[in-house]
Amino acid sequence: MNVELKDIHKTFGAVRANVGINLTIPAGTIQGILGENGAGKSTLMKILSGFFKADKGEILLDGQPVTIHSPADAIRQGVGMLHQDPLDFPPLRVIDDFILGRKGGLITNQAQATRDFKQLAEQFSFSIDPEAYVDSLTVGERQQLEILRLIWLGAQVLIFDEPTTGISAAQKVKLFAALRLLAQQGKAILFVSHKLEDVEGLCDCVAVLRQGVLIGEAKPPYVTKNLVEMMFGKEISVGERNPCGAQDVTVNLHALSVEDYRLKVRNVNLDVHCGEVIGLAGMEGSGQGLFLRAVAGMLRTVGGKVLINDADLTGRSYQVFKRHGVAFLPAARLEEGMVPGLNLTEHFVLAEESKQFFINWDQGRLLAQKRINEFNVKGTPANTVESLSGGNQQRALLALLRDQLSLLLLEHPTRGLDIESTIYIWKKLKERCKQGTSILFISSDLEEILQYSDRILVFFSGRVTPPLDATGLSIDKLGELIGGKGWPASPGDLARESTSGKGA
Amino acid sequence: MKKNTWINIGFQAGALVLALLLTTLLLVAAGAPPFKAYASIVSGAFGKVGNVENILITWSPLLLTTAGVLITFAAGLWNIGIEGQMAVGAIFTTGMLRMLQHSSMSPALIIILGILAGILGGAIWAVLAGLLKIFGGVNEIFGGLGLNFVATALTIYLVFGPWKRPGVGSMSGTQPFDQKLWLPSLPHTELSLWALGLSLLVIVIVYFLLRGTHFGLRLKAVGKNPKAALLMGIPTWQYSIFAFLLCGAFAGLAGAIQVVSVYHRLLPNISNGYGFLGLLVAMLINYQAIWAAPIAFFFAAVNIGSVQLQIIYKLDSSFAGVLQDLLVLLVLLGEGARQRFLRKN
Repeated sequence: MNVELKDIHKTFGAVRANVGINLTIPAGTIQGILGENGAGKSTLMKILSGFFKADKGEILLDGQPVTIHSPADAIRQGVGMLHQDPLDFPPLRVIDDFILGRKGGLITNQAQATRDFKQLAEQFSFSIDPEAYVDSLTVGERQQLEILRLIWLGAQVLIFDEPTTGISAAQKVKLFAALRLLAQQGKAILFVSHKLEDVEGLCDCVAVLRQGVLIGEAKPPYVTKNLVEMMFGKEISVGERNPCGAQDVTVNLHALSVEDYRLKVRNVNLDVHCGEVIGLAGMEGSGQGLFLRAVAGMLRTVGGKVLINDADLTGRSYQVFKRHGVAFLPAARLEEGMVPGLNLTEHFVLAEESKQFFINWDQGRLLAQKRINEFNVKGTPANTVESLSGGNQQRALLALLRDQLSLLLLEHPTRGLDIESTIYIWKKLKERCKQGTSILFISSDLEEILQYSDRILVFFSGRVTPPLDATGLSIDKLGELIGGKGWPASPGDLARESTSGKGA
Repeated sequence: MKKNTWINIGFQAGALVLALLLTTLLLVAAGAPPFKAYASIVSGAFGKVGNVENILITWSPLLLTTAGVLITFAAGLWNIGIEGQMAVGAIFTTGMLRMLQHSSMSPALIIILGILAGILGGAIWAVLAGLLKIFGGVNEIFGGLGLNFVATALTIYLVFGPWKRPGVGSMSGTQPFDQKLWLPSLPHTELSLWALGLSLLVIVIVYFLLRGTHFGLRLKAVGKNPKAALLMGIPTWQYSIFAFLLCGAFAGLAGAIQVVSVYHRLLPNISNGYGFLGLLVAMLINYQAIWAAPIAFFFAAVNIGSVQLQIIYKLDSSFAGVLQDLLVLLVLLGEGARQRFLRKN
């Protein structure tokens, strides 16, 4: 099936996620979609698969303009999408999960479905037991199940969103073979990824998105440098470094290891100096989030040690870390950072951690007003936090922090903020550094990472670079590392493969 | 701003009118003349001094259960188990009174110890639901429901088994206590000013607790966003448990009052639905403690007033429940409709 996207526009509030995108994918090709986080890849794919409706633009399947109302409607028209986190039903048996999306009568024809399942699985040399439970499968196998299911439902166009995240090397080989086979059968494949190597090794054609705009397309042989430049834009001016240069160490990490069900971060060693800013770069979900939460004591480490100001806090709770001067500012401001329904005064009263029984509301209001003025928050003490704009919420979160902090951990401190707010927030953060607070922050904005960090850690699929001096780092080099190029082979990586690859 | 206030009032009034309309239809369907039926509810509630006394007797446990669930609601918890907590409170009180009734202790002391035992019993039962939720992963709604059944079974077992009346056990409960173990009441009634005073005191305490203390504010933070509360340094699960404990203590007090002041014995259905009714009151007042007293009074009045329906029209007095439930349902519906309306405009 040929797919044509014509002049697709989509905005979310003030964010322009897709701007006039034109893309043609002929049947039988594997089309790569490359771009950094927030470039608009997922939005475009979700429009094609019926999750979102485009504000403007047309989708043509085999030359016919179509309207896709929902994901179920998309699959009826032959478009199926594999999500990064498989949308399956872990408590069900494989075969039930397989049948579930199928239209049919009251009674499922399980025998027939099982025959179809086995036949299809054989075709792609997948070996999954139809009687097994979905939650006993590896991420790679769940992906295979999802592929079989979509093909069985008649998908002619298959969208893969970051399919190589969390699967083993052997499963990746199988996946790529399956994708090539699907393309041979005349299906159109869209392969969304930020991994340069995967895209370069697999795709017949690559489209690069940046800030919602289709920057350009490339065909093999690919030139990595050009792709990186298309993804991240041109050279960036590097900001002033922290002149502090203090040798006092705030945080020592010894062979720190953390993991979740899909990623393992192994053996990170790091000394953070007093007043230093360390940027954690990498595509979302490469391990930096796990790492940051482990340093905050919010995630149990599986190995290694965390020392804050020479106190060994390994395995202790966030409450203990907090008492040692650690603060964590989550990216999801309203979901994790603040309490919707409570107003600013109430937040400042809460943040005070008073030991008294009764609240002095007058004092609370005065404190709130003072902090609001100091941090230039546009709002009043009586405003509930959800009524503030994103930038003002972020300012308020900073205003809520205690005065004397040793370590401040931030997730995407300026995501979704305008330039003015971004500059303001970094001004406030740098003031804290001058007072001796060390900062670790995650950002998917390379400009921000290069501009404000003293040193940088790059994460890729759970692997971590040693701390890199920000002054010696070019945007090209950083972009390549984020895309998984230029990494030395390391034994840490082998450990990862051997555990997650058991079901290949 | 002003316009929104009017919109709010409009939706609330609409819900009330709709609730009345639906109950009227039900009355017609049941064959009772609706307006006369309403009139008889009013006269049944306020027609005689004795009826008003009955309202006040009902008001007291309802205030306590409402106060309790206001605390658990603030912490984001659905304490469905409050019925069982009240029953276990009554069991503990009865047990304490039985243990001490033939001792040489002063009756006043025995009554006080009995009430304290009831408070303890309710608190234990509630903390159990909390522990099940936090350490067992059992949602407090299911845990509470299960514990309610256990409490009911335990009550029936005691009434028909170890604590049965001399001779044969019966649904009318255990052997009534000697009059010296009754909470002092107004002459010729079951109305105890002690019970009423305690209940009103509790609701006032809860009002100030939620409005003016760090504890109350932290509880609200835990209820509205536990993740953020944790980041702000609030020990979230400890606060949840404490909310259960307080609610259970109030429910236990309500159970104790039923024993020492109203029935003077343990009955199979001693909680009498006051726990669920308290949940309804709390939902109807949108968790604002300031409105608890008048609305609980209104519910108590409807309960007492509708006894008349049975006498005059042979309608079961559970009709009061239908009216109350419809009211809550429609007010919640009205609130939902209001939010949708405001979002669209």
